[in-house]
Amino acid sequence: MNARAELPLHAPGTQVDKGYIGQSVPRPNAKRLLQGRGAFVDDLRFPRLAHVVFFRSPHAHAKVKKLDLTKAARQPGVIACFDGRAVAEYCTPWVAVLGHLKGIKSAAQYAIAIERACWQGEAVAAIVAETREQGEDALAHVVAEWEELPVVTDMEDALSNRYVIHPDLGDNVCFKRELDTGGVDDVFAKADVVVEETYLFGRHTGVCLEPRAILADYNAAEHSLTVYHSTQAPNMMQDIFSRHLGIPEANVRVICKDVGGSYGIKVHVYADEMATAAISVMLRRPVKFIADRLESFLTDIHAREHKATVRLACTRSGEILAFDLDDLTAIGPYSVYPRTSGIEGNQVVNLTGGPYKHQKYRAKMHVVFTNKNLTCQYRAVGHPIAVALTEGIVDLAAAKIGMDPAEFRRRNLIADDAYPYTFPSGIKFEKLSHHKCLDRLLALIDYKGLRAEQAELRKTGVQRGIGLAAMIEVTNPSPAFYGVGGARISAQDGATLRLEPTGMVTVLCSVTEQGQGTEGIFAQIAASALGVTMDKVRVITGDTAVTPYGGGTWASRGAGIGGEAVLQAGRALRSNILDIAAVVLEMDKAELDIVNNEIVNRLSLESKLALAELGRIAYFRPDTLPVKFQAELTVTRHYTPREYGFTFTNGIQASYVEVDPDTGFVKLLKHWCVEDCGTLINPMLVDEQIRGGVVQGIGAALFEECVYDDAGQLLNGTLADYLVPMSGEMPDIVVAHVETPTKQSQLGAKGAGEAGTAGAPGAVMNAINDALVPFGARVTAQPFTPERILKALNKV
Amino acid sequence: MKAPSFAYAKPRSLEEVFVLLRRTDDAKVLAGGQTLLATLNMRLSSPAVLVDITGVPGLAGIGVRERALRIGALTRHREIERSPEVAEHAPLLALAAPHIAHVAIRNAGTIGGSLAHADPAAEWPACCLALDAHIVIASRSGERRVKARDFFKGLFETALGEGELIAAVEFPLLGAGYRSVFLELARRSGDYAIVGVAAAAKPAGGALSDLRLAFLGAGATPILARNAMAAAEGQQASPDTIAAAERALEKDLTPIGDLNASPATKLHLARVLCARALARLAA
Amino acid sequence: MEATIQTTITVNGAAVTRAVPARQHLIDFLRETLGLNGSHVGCEHGVCGACTIRVDGEIVRGCLILAVQAHGRKVDTIEGLSDSGEIADLQECFHQHNALQCGFCTPGMLLAAHDLMRTKPRATREEIREYMAGNYCRCTGYHAIVDAIEEALARRGQVARARAGAKT
Repeated sequence: MNARAELPLHAPGTQVDKGYIGQSVPRPNAKRLLQGRGAFVDDLRFPRLAHVVFFRSPHAHAKVKKLDLTKAARQPGVIACFDGRAVAEYCTPWVAVLGHLKGIKSAAQYAIAIERACWQGEAVAAIVAETREQGEDALAHVVAEWEELPVVTDMEDALSNRYVIHPDLGDNVCFKRELDTGGVDDVFAKADVVVEETYLFGRHTGVCLEPRAILADYNAAEHSLTVYHSTQAPNMMQDIFSRHLGIPEANVRVICKDVGGSYGIKVHVYADEMATAAISVMLRRPVKFIADRLESFLTDIHAREHKATVRLACTRSGEILAFDLDDLTAIGPYSVYPRTSGIEGNQVVNLTGGPYKHQKYRAKMHVVFTNKNLTCQYRAVGHPIAVALTEGIVDLAAAKIGMDPAEFRRRNLIADDAYPYTFPSGIKFEKLSHHKCLDRLLALIDYKGLRAEQAELRKTGVQRGIGLAAMIEVTNPSPAFYGVGGARISAQDGATLRLEPTGMVTVLCSVTEQGQGTEGIFAQIAASALGVTMDKVRVITGDTAVTPYGGGTWASRGAGIGGEAVLQAGRALRSNILDIAAVVLEMDKAELDIVNNEIVNRLSLESKLALAELGRIAYFRPDTLPVKFQAELTVTRHYTPREYGFTFTNGIQASYVEVDPDTGFVKLLKHWCVEDCGTLINPMLVDEQIRGGVVQGIGAALFEECVYDDAGQLLNGTLADYLVPMSGEMPDIVVAHVETPTKQSQLGAKGAGEAGTAGAPGAVMNAINDALVPFGARVTAQPFTPERILKALNKV
Repeated sequence: MKAPSFAYAKPRSLEEVFVLLRRTDDAKVLAGGQTLLATLNMRLSSPAVLVDITGVPGLAGIGVRERALRIGALTRHREIERSPEVAEHAPLLALAAPHIAHVAIRNAGTIGGSLAHADPAAEWPACCLALDAHIVIASRSGERRVKARDFFKGLFETALGEGELIAAVEFPLLGAGYRSVFLELARRSGDYAIVGVAAAAKPAGGALSDLRLAFLGAGATPILARNAMAAAEGQQASPDTIAAAERALEKDLTPIGDLNASPATKLHLARVLCARALARLAA
Repeated sequence: MEATIQTTITVNGAAVTRAVPARQHLIDFLRETLGLNGSHVGCEHGVCGACTIRVDGEIVRGCLILAVQAHGRKVDTIEGLSDSGEIADLQECFHQHNALQCGFCTPGMLLAAHDLMRTKPRATREEIREYMAGNYCRCTGYHAIVDAIEEALARRGQVARARAGAKT
């Protein structure tokens, strides 16, 4: 008997016919990428396409005393040169603040800086040429004179206001947040055990292999703008191009073709990209800007430069009583538009102590401007910080009372039956599975075996360490993240499903694809919801003229929100199809079902009508249907998560390392992650998201840092000097799952894209420190370079 | 990052090369291009003309000639890595080769280019010191030979004069009984070394004789650590001898700090590698 | 107008002759002049490997070779290798293991993997990681890529053994 005809199989707690859901289906849209036949922005060819290059400030902070573009304008192939004032006539500036971040402030940022550059690499002029080569040749002929201004690079120096970057703002504080449950000092004063540690997190960046890319094509006859953009949020960009360039929203079309990696880097508004769009309007022809790798390091958003001091109070039997946090983070000279640069620090405050059942919490957090590159949300946002400092101080507390770190966690993780649960910072958890995940992890890694192996090898001078990191992760956000603050960022998404005459199905969805497999899972969900086979389904994303209006990709929302919209539209379309089948077959709708592209008798599974035949009749022979009956074979549904502001997931990671105490080198032996992200639509894709995320986290922990000198010069802005993880140093990564579906949707899927990055740095740090226990040494500043480890060991 | 304009010439003979080089002092020699073209793409250099010497015959190839292993300047790193003659007569080179960047770079880059560029953290210069090689230099006036130990003068500075080219490198045959060790510490496989050592010795009755220790990444040039060598020459590789060699390194090395490591850290790491190299040579 | 040099290169089996500026690197030539977009530009300083192509049978960084240097030589790109079927088994393994996500590193990764399979047919997992260490991927974290190559090696080994068995 056909499995699909049985009463529907349910994922625990969901109401969904499983179909393809839960299957590791290879992605249909990967085929073109395997043959080099994708279409990235730089692959597109347009008549009269012009290229823009930017003249960028060599100084971290300087007034533009003189800017003469006349000689550059005469160079071979140069079409036009523009300064900030010229572009400002076509593109209005922005201030990146939101209403729900109380007191956040920033200065106005222009598409091209006027009068003053505030970070090394900020563009102060644009040169448009027939080729990129000619544009770069012409840069050498720009005449610029600068008046250097004091440079602020150190976060504490910024906080002291020794020199205020934007005098009109009064100080260098972009945003500050304080939270206090009350009673914290009392708890710390009375606690048996108090531990304190300060953690440093090096500023680092996304390094998408496809650099930022935008091709803007203005049609003067229609006053319309089409933008081919390597972005995660096309509707957001549509709105922004519309408002800042003065073009009606419906005349702006943003199209995302293949995007070569984004990880949050490409969800923000970049001044040079806005300038490119404005220049297309000014010149009335298509204009392309592709950031080269050097530009990328200087201007792609950076993230995660923090100094966080955390204290933990616990009883001598290991019960955590309170956390106390003081976090300072340095951003660039502007808050980034439109999501603001206050969110990362805000998340650190919200998420510290996340997995644990304590009641008292106090946090103080400052976000300060500096004359280094802008920073904003990058994969996992504040989580890597919050998890590392929480898990680090938890290990320190466990060590102080002589308790095994896994046992310490077991005593303190919120119980699996304690939900719904409101956390001291105010966030609400629907249902998490910390203990199930911990049990699963310890079994998976053979914790006892690893400890025994560690002890044996220590006798021979081999230093291995095991590090754990429990985590919670924000996914599927409601408008609570941005909308409530006034941002025109959509937290809802829509899916349109259409049955074609030949029985194919087209899915149009407002969530976008950057390689994570969005289009693959939408095909799986649509096929499952409709009863068709996957080969019949085509998915279109990333075109504001074609797809429903929605939020795109960010905060791990694609599967949970977009997927739910696809599911609901699929179920609705299925019902409409059966309506048609019922009148065509003159049978009761309740007797029918759709299985394997056929209308069938629900109980006997006898095929009654092929979908292709139904399509032919509905589209070409409606004259054969009852007079009052109209076939509706296109259905749209939208979905917004409503009950919970954020749908939290949980997980736990383990890292097993070997530290060479003579060289300070760390060898990553293995890494594990047990993750609960609710219903798994495609386990293989989820595992791969986690693996990729883990390696990004490892990069932050061991290799990656944007290094600036005191003059605000980026010292390592090439791929030779900025170290991204390569295959030779990475471990195998084992992933396992617990599934606790959310009840907010039929699909039950939570988000998964960022969890790997959230927990990996904390796990690796704890593993290194575990390896260093015999030496009484600890490292707390990321990245944990060999030199930093040698210093902790007093070898240098 | 598009390179600036330049003229391009591909001479067919050494004579033609020298004519072109003499014609303008703003010419750069193009061999493998793995360093030069990256430099040009980043616009760190703007030569008027690139003289591509890969069409000149007689500058590539590996062969034993008059008791020396002669490797032509245009020989690709990958050929050296795979060469049976190298494996037999200069195994140190075969041990060092896999550390040079990655396969795709090794397929194109040349030993002549690496030696002329003289990055102190590169593998070949240190190997040349350890093996007491001779650099064969060609010019209009003919050929001259310079000991590798006199060839590397300063940071990216060699004994090559105006209008001169490296034609070949000659390595004395390392006889049977010699052991070679190449150790390198790099943040990631294929990265430039933080510090490394190219070592060889003839273990004789447990003692190390004719010991050579050449360090990369420990100064402005590759450095033959004569004091460390003297401390261990003819000795067993006992803990005391190794410690003496490590101490002596301070007199040999002048590490330059960079983003990866301070001079003190590099000295420490060099000492660690020194100890490991000696232990392996004696094992 | 910038001076150009007549250059003839055999690309994916077909000889093409074009007037090429000396400074144009081979990847830009393939992409801009011939419209072969499969090879990608990721850094233009030879580190990321996105531009890995095959010249005269050996993999190289296309961004570190001038197009004029490829005069008279044979260049193979991902398009050619795909159409000829030469790497079909490898592509299938990549697909099955999801050894690609955004796809930007993939052509270079496949060229490098194909070269590994040719020169080290019995590579261990560690040797695979070492060989592939010159190709940057930000999406996958490399584990699935190693799995895919491991499987492709095993399959080719089986095919080779079957052929050898059939011959005797």
